[in-house]
Amino acid sequence: MNAEILQWAQFALSAFFMIGGVFFVIAGAVGVLRLPDFYTRMHAAGMTDTLGAEMILLGLIVQAGLSQTSLKLILIAFLLFLTSPTATHAVVGAAHHAKLKPKLGKYRAPVPGEAPPVKAKPKSRAKPKTKAKPKAKPRAKKRAK
Amino acid sequence: MEMALYYLNVGSAMFLLIGMALLLGRLLSGPTLYDRVLAVNSFGTKTVLFLAVFSLIIGRQDGIDIAILYALMNFIATIAVLKFFRYSALDVSMERSGKSKEKAS
Repeated sequence: MNAEILQWAQFALSAFFMIGGVFFVIAGAVGVLRLPDFYTRMHAAGMTDTLGAEMILLGLIVQAGLSQTSLKLILIAFLLFLTSPTATHAVVGAAHHAKLKPKLGKYRAPVPGEAPPVKAKPKSRAKPKTKAKPKAKPRAKKRAK
Repeated sequence: MEMALYYLNVGSAMFLLIGMALLLGRLLSGPTLYDRVLAVNSFGTKTVLFLAVFSLIIGRQDGIDIAILYALMNFIATIAVLKFFRYSALDVSMERSGKSKEKAS
């Protein structure tokens, strides 16, 4: 009786972790397939790969119990926990170094190797003010002068 | 009871295969080079997970060793491919020795 309850608890814990991990893995794959830009795809892949992999491996560790298998699974989880964010960072750094431009609307990203655009910041701050209150702009200029 | 765990593992392995198929779509239709690198890296991570789940399905522990090996190889291959994209050569030292080397390349 007691052993059966323990088995069901093991199954429930393992199912929770593995279903959660599979959800994150599928969400990351769909995000990589459907998002519009490289950087947004990287965001979808980087987060969900780490979390989904760790959750699936935790579910497998719960299934394996205390054995050599669970030790190897812990080693895999540790290695993935170290290497997956590092690889994500390296891919984004390489794309940013190669000056791959993100798809952006009115916001600018700083170009690598150049100084960040100085004039763009007050323009981007002044634009919504002018749209909301068109008379507010000359007042601000008079105050600045 | 063991059948429930078996079906849980088989179902998650099938969903992992579906995720790998979606990543193959991005790998084949990536507009830039870095999209493909990202797809290959994520595909390798899912391969490691699939190997671990599959070796528990068939009840043999050999697949987990291969999964450890695949995790390490995946990381090193990604870094090597990115280094090749950046320097167009693989025998460049990875030390940060100032800006003169980057200007020369």
